[in-house]
Amino acid sequence: MPELLQFLLSGITVGAVYALVALGFTIIYNASDVVNFAQGEFVMLGGMITVFSHAAGLPLPLAALIAIAATAAVGVALNKLAIEPARGAPVVSLIIITIGASIFIRGATQLVFDKQIHRFPAFSGDRPIAVGGATILPQSLWVIAGALAVFFGLWLFFTRTLTGRAVLATANNRIAAQLVGINTNYVMTLSFAMSAAIGALAGVLVTPITMTSYDVGLALALKGFAAAMLGGMGNPKGALAGGLLLGLLEAMTAGYVSSQYKDAAAFVVILAVLFAMPQGLFGRKSTDRV
Amino acid sequence: MRLSGKATTLLVLMAVIAVAPVFFPSSYYYRVGSLIFVNGLAVTGLVILIGYAGQISLGHAGFAGIGAYACALAPVHLGLHPALAAVLGAALSALIAFLVGRPILRLKGYYLAVASLGFGILVSMVLSNEAWLTGGPDGMAVEEMGLRAALKAIGIDLSNTQFWYAFSGLVLVIGAWLALNLHHSPTGRALRALHGSEVAARTVGVDVARYKLVAFVVSAVYASASGSLLALQNKFITPDVAGFMHSIEMVTMAVLGGAGSVLGAILGAAILTTLPQVLTVFQEYEQLMLGLVMMLVMIFMREGLLPSLARLVRGRGE
Repeated sequence: MPELLQFLLSGITVGAVYALVALGFTIIYNASDVVNFAQGEFVMLGGMITVFSHAAGLPLPLAALIAIAATAAVGVALNKLAIEPARGAPVVSLIIITIGASIFIRGATQLVFDKQIHRFPAFSGDRPIAVGGATILPQSLWVIAGALAVFFGLWLFFTRTLTGRAVLATANNRIAAQLVGINTNYVMTLSFAMSAAIGALAGVLVTPITMTSYDVGLALALKGFAAAMLGGMGNPKGALAGGLLLGLLEAMTAGYVSSQYKDAAAFVVILAVLFAMPQGLFGRKSTDRV
Repeated sequence: MRLSGKATTLLVLMAVIAVAPVFFPSSYYYRVGSLIFVNGLAVTGLVILIGYAGQISLGHAGFAGIGAYACALAPVHLGLHPALAAVLGAALSALIAFLVGRPILRLKGYYLAVASLGFGILVSMVLSNEAWLTGGPDGMAVEEMGLRAALKAIGIDLSNTQFWYAFSGLVLVIGAWLALNLHHSPTGRALRALHGSEVAARTVGVDVARYKLVAFVVSAVYASASGSLLALQNKFITPDVAGFMHSIEMVTMAVLGGAGSVLGAILGAAILTTLPQVLTVFQEYEQLMLGLVMMLVMIFMREGLLPSLARLVRGRGE
């Protein structure tokens, strides 16, 4: 039993990160119909910029804030320089553009910073907390709490604020949104900024556990993409469910089957889900995206 | 002169392959050339899938991996000649593509992308994890094909790099010829019809599911053959050949040059294969440049280099 609990705890921690990455995918997909393969690079930038700001002598919270703001700026630049000029391009072209962007960001990071593996201290120390025979790192609690806070905040944003509703309206129907006076270009910019900031936050939260380097983005992007697909593209609830499910699945496979094939489990399940339900688990709702 | 003609394409291709060595200052260029042909072969297969049929795959390196490891494993475990092993790999790829393609190709756009990506990752994961069979991430040696020795016996003495330049060039020309034939066949027309509109194609009686599967299987065989060629030429293979980045490279080559035309896609393969060789001088900037090229071409030349340039030339002539 403690064994199972341990796998559950680590699965939820990893799942929370996947859910944040998947959420980033979802926000951009809703605003622009683009699947942004550079999403993982946002997570990497969040971690790396925090590492180097902190090493330069800034206190950790300030370093984290700088990282999130800088990454949001990168997100906006990505939208303005690469996505907007390519509007209306076929899916294959958009995939190549965002993969190109991710390779570009990786190359730039490696030039500006370095190729080493880095971490910074955990927010509340490294002493594991015992929970019913299993243990959990304090930083894992930060990751889970961070993910919950982001989802709650977004829910408030989308349901309680005018701007949030403008984003939803744009996601539903761009032209109709323009007709009622919504500035859809601003919505696009905002979506990329939010998505990048959320990715960076995930990077800040998880770096003390997993460490970071210039090349961690691709694997995260693939997992986040898979999680978003699992839940049903374009649905924030689907992103949360898909992320957590993927994290738990990996932890269970690593624990009970084979740690070598933990990544395989995720993709086997995704293939199975897509075969049975070509629109993902929550796909029905994607006709009127929430 | 229009580049769309089948004969023109083949003539241009053969002329370039035959004449290029005149300008080669060292044997290293034969090596780069044969790498271009190997990649060009895989990319020609993707022209059928992406350019003709309008489907996408982010997992075709998986088939290249199957072709490559068939050449590595079959001679050792089954005692097959390496050339027969390549045929076995192609048959295996076709079978797997047939089985996987059926459910996958019902998906569209990004869903198809993630499903094919998942398939490719599973193949590369098996290749790197089953170290008892494949040597794991360290890779494994591949037997010599023996054709060069046979040629030498009848008086054609080529260096190793020259032989592989000529041989992969020949295979590429055959591959391009088959792809161009397909383009003008009833199957090719059906593929292009479903690319334009699946509903319209279905209305006029095209079995959409079947033709998508045909394109998928044929392109898988091309990828497999390309993987086999790479393995035989390098005499060594690692799971990277089946990796996600290789899949991306293939698709990028196809789309960069122009996925709608065989010649364009091969040009894309030539550019992306040469770029890292040129950039080794600025190794630090390699990724930066690659990413930049990918973005710029896709933003400013949506149809790919060759079709965009061809349009420019034609537009000026009129």
